[in-house]
Amino acid sequence: MNRHLLSVDDLSREDIERLLDRAASFAEVSGREIKKVPTLRGRTVINVFYESSTRTSSSFELAAKRLSADLVSIKAQGSAVDKGESLKDTVQTLSAYDPAAIVIRSPHAGAAALVARWSAASVINAGDGKHEHPTQALLDLYALRRRVGPLEGLKLWIVGDVMHSRVARSGILAFSRMGCEVTVCGPPTLIPRGIESLGCRVRYTLDDLAEADVVYALRMQSERMEGSFVPSLREYAGRYQIDGRRLGAGQLLMHPGPVNRGVELAAEVIDSPQALIVEQVESGVVVRMAVLYELLAGGGGSGAGERRAAGPLGETTEPQPA
Amino acid sequence: MSAQGLLHPALERVETAEVGRAVLIRGARLVDPRSGLDREGDVLVRGGRIAELGESGALEAPDGAELVRGEGLTALPAFVDPHVHLRTPGREDEEDLDSGTRAASAGGYCAVIAMPNTEPVVDCAPVLGALRERARAEARIPTGFTAAITRGQAGQDLTEMAELADAGAFAFTDDGLPVRSAGVMRQALQYQKLAGRTLALHEEEPSLSRDGGMHEGAASAALGLAAIPSVSESSMVARDVLLARHEEGRIHVQHVSARESVEAIERGLADGVEVTAEASPHHLLLTEDHVRELDTHFKMNPPLRSEDDRRALIDGLRSGTLSCVATDHAPHSPEEKEQPFELAPMGVTGLETAFSALYTDLVEPGVLDLGLLVERMTSGGEPFGLEIPRIEPGAPANLCLVDLGAEWEVGEGGYESRSANCAFAGRRLRGRVRLTVAGGQVAYRERSFAVGAVR
Repeated sequence: MNRHLLSVDDLSREDIERLLDRAASFAEVSGREIKKVPTLRGRTVINVFYESSTRTSSSFELAAKRLSADLVSIKAQGSAVDKGESLKDTVQTLSAYDPAAIVIRSPHAGAAALVARWSAASVINAGDGKHEHPTQALLDLYALRRRVGPLEGLKLWIVGDVMHSRVARSGILAFSRMGCEVTVCGPPTLIPRGIESLGCRVRYTLDDLAEADVVYALRMQSERMEGSFVPSLREYAGRYQIDGRRLGAGQLLMHPGPVNRGVELAAEVIDSPQALIVEQVESGVVVRMAVLYELLAGGGGSGAGERRAAGPLGETTEPQPA
Repeated sequence: MSAQGLLHPALERVETAEVGRAVLIRGARLVDPRSGLDREGDVLVRGGRIAELGESGALEAPDGAELVRGEGLTALPAFVDPHVHLRTPGREDEEDLDSGTRAASAGGYCAVIAMPNTEPVVDCAPVLGALRERARAEARIPTGFTAAITRGQAGQDLTEMAELADAGAFAFTDDGLPVRSAGVMRQALQYQKLAGRTLALHEEEPSLSRDGGMHEGAASAALGLAAIPSVSESSMVARDVLLARHEEGRIHVQHVSARESVEAIERGLADGVEVTAEASPHHLLLTEDHVRELDTHFKMNPPLRSEDDRRALIDGLRSGTLSCVATDHAPHSPEEKEQPFELAPMGVTGLETAFSALYTDLVEPGVLDLGLLVERMTSGGEPFGLEIPRIEPGAPANLCLVDLGAEWEVGEGGYESRSANCAFAGRRLRGRVRLTVAGGQVAYRERSFAVGAVR
């Protein structure tokens, strides 16, 4: 496995399996009264969030704390970033604290990769623009695997605003790597040209939705109305909302949250036993623990801020060339 | 000795003692595709002109002449770039007239034409006049300046084009921005009947390109980046070709990037429209796949497009539909380029690498022959009334001496430009310019190139 987690593309199927197995072992810890393990004691994890986030930032914080790491969380508001400091200068400042890992969420594609170039820490992409959100894809895989077992051969439909969704891009890569057949579906204005090159099919209507084993609905943001991507939420919901009528009894439902009730999902499916939405959220902490563990402690390697984190298999990996 | 009559009257540069000084190049391969010249021989430059061509070793150096050993080197007519950003006035930290023209001369150029999207915009005669005066003190090679089509490049009101033409505007262009309104574009073409001068056009439909930063295709879909579809360019090329036809105007299409744009120009030419067009080395050699790592050295407007587009550009260059190569040399400061891709400004430098990159990737593999490349690199001034550099007796001395066998790494010795945002940085290229004579004077000698005995 790579020293960083920047993209799902960095992960082999074996890497993903190992991460999911590791997450399962941490799930056992989460059931204890004292939910901590000492694995990352004395090492520093810095969360830098340039975009507001509840689930991702809080689950990364909990994951680092349950692994006993020292944690610093920085939000763009009120920080030096607000005062016009460049990403490069911020990263160099934070690197002076010798962190073992930097977790970064940015509104700009490629930001995590830049941090990896400018810092000696292991870098975890917690969402870069509309590009990728690899830990979301991993927790989706984890939640689904826990529900249904092996993922090979499952048919997954990702429905909604694919164009503006980093969850969709990481999801397409992750689910197809695990052997799922992925279809993306949404209004033609919100399906980017060339998306098939990621290994998915494209559909513009839900007519064949019945073939799906799993329906993954994306969040439909109301600001999409402004760019004329869809004429109205009403028309969108009429064509693409997953409701009790469209979701078959044997189909599972996923959503990255937060849900717009009555837009992409109808109330009756959100609360149905077919929905994995709560399990997805629950999976966030253990999966992020697994990622931190595999990147920082996978095969040994201790000591605060160790420059060359040992790989999970015990090999020492060199920093990526810039 | 003055350079009277050597230069187009609107070109400016520093006149040094080197003007008129004789230079004898001995035993070089002399190439001028327009006359079919390709043989070894001597070239004597005297009085700012090519005085004589002779067999190797046949010509005698006059007193005071600089003798240049040309053995193993190739003398080509020097190049003309109709599209550079010299960032002056306003952003002299990124480029100034001295550094920009030094970069040009190091790339084998004998003349460049600068774009008016400076701070302030060159949209009135006093700004243009001040710039020309500055060029007389700073520019190392003849430099022409363009003026904006619309005031402040805002796309609404025409500049005083007739007065600007009298003040020495080489052409009119809103480069960096399109003339969005078809009505304004039509008026500019109508006014051309009074003001003269070619309209050089940056073709982009803003409602299609929106806030895009790269080509719309498989790579942008994977990266989740807002993207610029090819039709943003080609629809405007088609519009302006039709407007030029309607008004019997003369247009030059800048930095063509898409197959459909080449096709629209082809149709215009078939209909008798006066249209010329340029392609940049980066669009001829690189594609959207280079953007996958989100390296801002591959961010420019128009964006790098697909392999199919790239092939169409090469075909267009071969057929002459694309009449010239232009670098769109666009220097940017490191702090501007060291940002996430979406935040970084568009543009890359190219003057120092244009010939070598095209020679390495197109001529050496046999895609284009050397003569054709030289024709396209020397014809950039033609749409604006500049004489094409020639290697023949009597022609103004505009030539470069190139070591086609020399291999070098881009950026290894720094850049002559003040900026380092070169799309070919780190690439190993073949073909190195050793000497450039521009407008009758030696404008560049590579540092490592031994200057021959001066008698």
